[in-house]
Amino acid sequence: MTTLLYLIPVALFLGALGVSGFVWALRSGQYEDLDGAAERILIDRDDKPER
Amino acid sequence: MSCCAPGAEMALDLVNTGSVLPSSQEIRLASRSLGDDLHQTDLSVPTVHCAGCIQTIETALGKLDRVESARVNLSTKRVSVRWRGDEVPPFVVALGRLGYQAHLFPSEVGDKDRTLSDLIRAVAVAGFAAGNIMLLSVSVWSGAEGATRDLFHWVSALIAIPALAFAGGIFFRSAWNALRHGRMNMDVPIAVGVSLAYAMSLYETINHGDHAYFDASVSLLFFLLIGRTLDHVMRERARTAVKGLSQLAAHGAMVLRSDGARDYLPVGEIEPGMRLLIAAGERIPVDGKIIQGTSDLDCSLASGESTPKNVAPGEAVQAGVLNLTGPLTIEATAAAKDSFLAEMVRLMEAAEGGRAHYRRIADRVSALYAPVVHLTAFATFLGWMAVTGDWHRAITIAIAVLIITCPCALGLAVPIVQVVAARRLFENGIMVKDGSAMERLATIDTAVFDKTGTLTLGQPRLVNASSIDPAMLAVAGDMATHSRHPFSKAIAGFAHPGGQYKFDAVTEHPGFGIEATGAGSTWRLGRRGWAGWRARTGGEGKHGGTVLTKDGFIVATFDFEDALRADAKAAIGQLSHAGVSVEMLSGDTAGACGEVAEMLGVKDFVPCLLPSGKVERIETLAKDGHKVLMVGDGLNDTPALSAAHVSIAPATAADIGRNAADFVFLRESLLAVPLALDVSRKAGHLIRQNIAIAIVYNAVAVPIAILGHATPLLAAIAMSASSVLVIGNALRLHGFGANATLQVIQKVGRSAVSYSA
Repeated sequence: MTTLLYLIPVALFLGALGVSGFVWALRSGQYEDLDGAAERILIDRDDKPER
Repeated sequence: MSCCAPGAEMALDLVNTGSVLPSSQEIRLASRSLGDDLHQTDLSVPTVHCAGCIQTIETALGKLDRVESARVNLSTKRVSVRWRGDEVPPFVVALGRLGYQAHLFPSEVGDKDRTLSDLIRAVAVAGFAAGNIMLLSVSVWSGAEGATRDLFHWVSALIAIPALAFAGGIFFRSAWNALRHGRMNMDVPIAVGVSLAYAMSLYETINHGDHAYFDASVSLLFFLLIGRTLDHVMRERARTAVKGLSQLAAHGAMVLRSDGARDYLPVGEIEPGMRLLIAAGERIPVDGKIIQGTSDLDCSLASGESTPKNVAPGEAVQAGVLNLTGPLTIEATAAAKDSFLAEMVRLMEAAEGGRAHYRRIADRVSALYAPVVHLTAFATFLGWMAVTGDWHRAITIAIAVLIITCPCALGLAVPIVQVVAARRLFENGIMVKDGSAMERLATIDTAVFDKTGTLTLGQPRLVNASSIDPAMLAVAGDMATHSRHPFSKAIAGFAHPGGQYKFDAVTEHPGFGIEATGAGSTWRLGRRGWAGWRARTGGEGKHGGTVLTKDGFIVATFDFEDALRADAKAAIGQLSHAGVSVEMLSGDTAGACGEVAEMLGVKDFVPCLLPSGKVERIETLAKDGHKVLMVGDGLNDTPALSAAHVSIAPATAADIGRNAADFVFLRESLLAVPLALDVSRKAGHLIRQNIAIAIVYNAVAVPIAILGHATPLLAAIAMSASSVLVIGNALRLHGFGANATLQVIQKVGRSAVSYSA
């Protein structure tokens, strides 16, 4: 029972971290050009996603 | 040039022979200021399609003067260029030199798809909440009791609150909107079910009850949001692709003021009475009258007639036609909103009424579904109240009924099939505007084709090249590269410019032909009467008689013919085989139509039709109970495209035509039409199967719930199983599509061979 008391918050925190990471990626425009992202991996240079 | 971009070399030729490039004023008009002297221009480049293209374009544009950055978006096939200064850097020309044809694309502020990011965010939150609640619920089902169970229920309740508020908001808003307007949609039972389930579960938790439905209400949202997102992605993807294709309408024109000043004005600000300068290669922006200059006009967009029309001062011109050979000064006789283009839009809007009655399968099912679900749940509640008198138990069971009939299988059934089908079609070069288009296409029994530009390519092709002296063909080819006339392009496409003759001067005589002087002789390529002034051959040939002359004597004659679109005959054969009757409508003469009809094996055709005539013909067919598919490309077909039950246009069609059409095919082959029909019919079949699965599932699950045996575990398993079944069924379309792709690839391979040969 006592383990649950901290395991559940830990699980929720990790999950929330995942969701916020995803939302951040979405807001920063990383899903705007999925086809392009798949191809750009073949290009040999520094490259930052555009906002 | 890179590996890919088939036809990129051809595009290069087009640029050399002067295809329509937007002027720098036009680019400036379409670009948007980012402040701080920085501008952004969005270009649509339909031929970009691999890493090589991205790199070539970004490096080349990045090297240009004053270009800050260039970024290719492969999904939407767009390039956005940021540049500084007053003068527009020559990026369109640079792209042309690389072999990519670029078109202006109006920058939209807030271009990003808000709804999609909202939906995706909602899916993420609902998924996170559903996963965690499920985890806790499994512990409860497997025997957690007392304080542990209550703790789990409380944690679930806490997780569910933000999920319902955030992810459920989409459904609550839509349901509220529908109810406020006295309508019913599928979101109403979802909103009622989810909120009732939550309230009931909270009540149970507070009173230390055994069962709570938090998991059911949240995972219901999760599944439904997946379905909704898929639906949205499909529609939006095709829409941006259609928007991104070349834009044919003029953005503006050079206006000549009375004091001699020249101004470049956007098309909306042009008023009747203004004098416009139209250079060769520009489109005429508004209806007008020619006051100066002679030229040839390509009216194919407006009338469907592919042979250019010779015009002189005093004649009226329509908006949208392309000025081919000489500069013109016209006086505007109508503002843009009163022009021929606008008239077509009005005709089109008027014709669209017939299609507005169509309701999507999902809507039709949910219209029946929602009242039935509510009535069943309500009847269950009344029944249990009457039998046991225990209101708590009656409500619990009624909620179980609402939840177990959850339309998530139904919510997924339609969009998932349509997404898979749209993907198949996209891979075969066909774009679908929205899911209802596929549903409508599956029901057609008559196909109506436009002739010029649809069954034929709408471009003249040299047919007697083999009987012409190669040396003369080379001379003609050299001369032809100096003109934009369709006949010149046809000759230039056939000849291998040898360059043996060094011409001193080449001049184009609008409406007549090209004159070149070199090595003491005068060469003329053009009309028989003008070019062969010393030849006494008399009458003109069948196709207006285009000849090459040396010092007035004819040395070669050219015959042109409009080429049939690839696979036109095969496509029509396949359509007839699929039980669709084929008809041809055209604005062209009966003779020309008969010839094409005979070649293709089309029995019914109606020639000499005006745009309104095509609409009338389609309406007559519809009145006789036929479901009509219209395939057409011209501006004159646009009202008919809107009037038909469903419509398909080639990518070469007028912008407005592509917008009116439900499907757009990007490749030359007309086999796209039977393929789209086939995929749509298969998709329709799978959708009906999926709906049947959902109904069978309900027929089994609902009685169990009504009798009060539905535990949350059972409800969750049944719900997930039905959804997985529906998705699995939809993926069966995949296998079918793969075969079709293979066939098309083989075809493309073969035609590529014949090109290079």
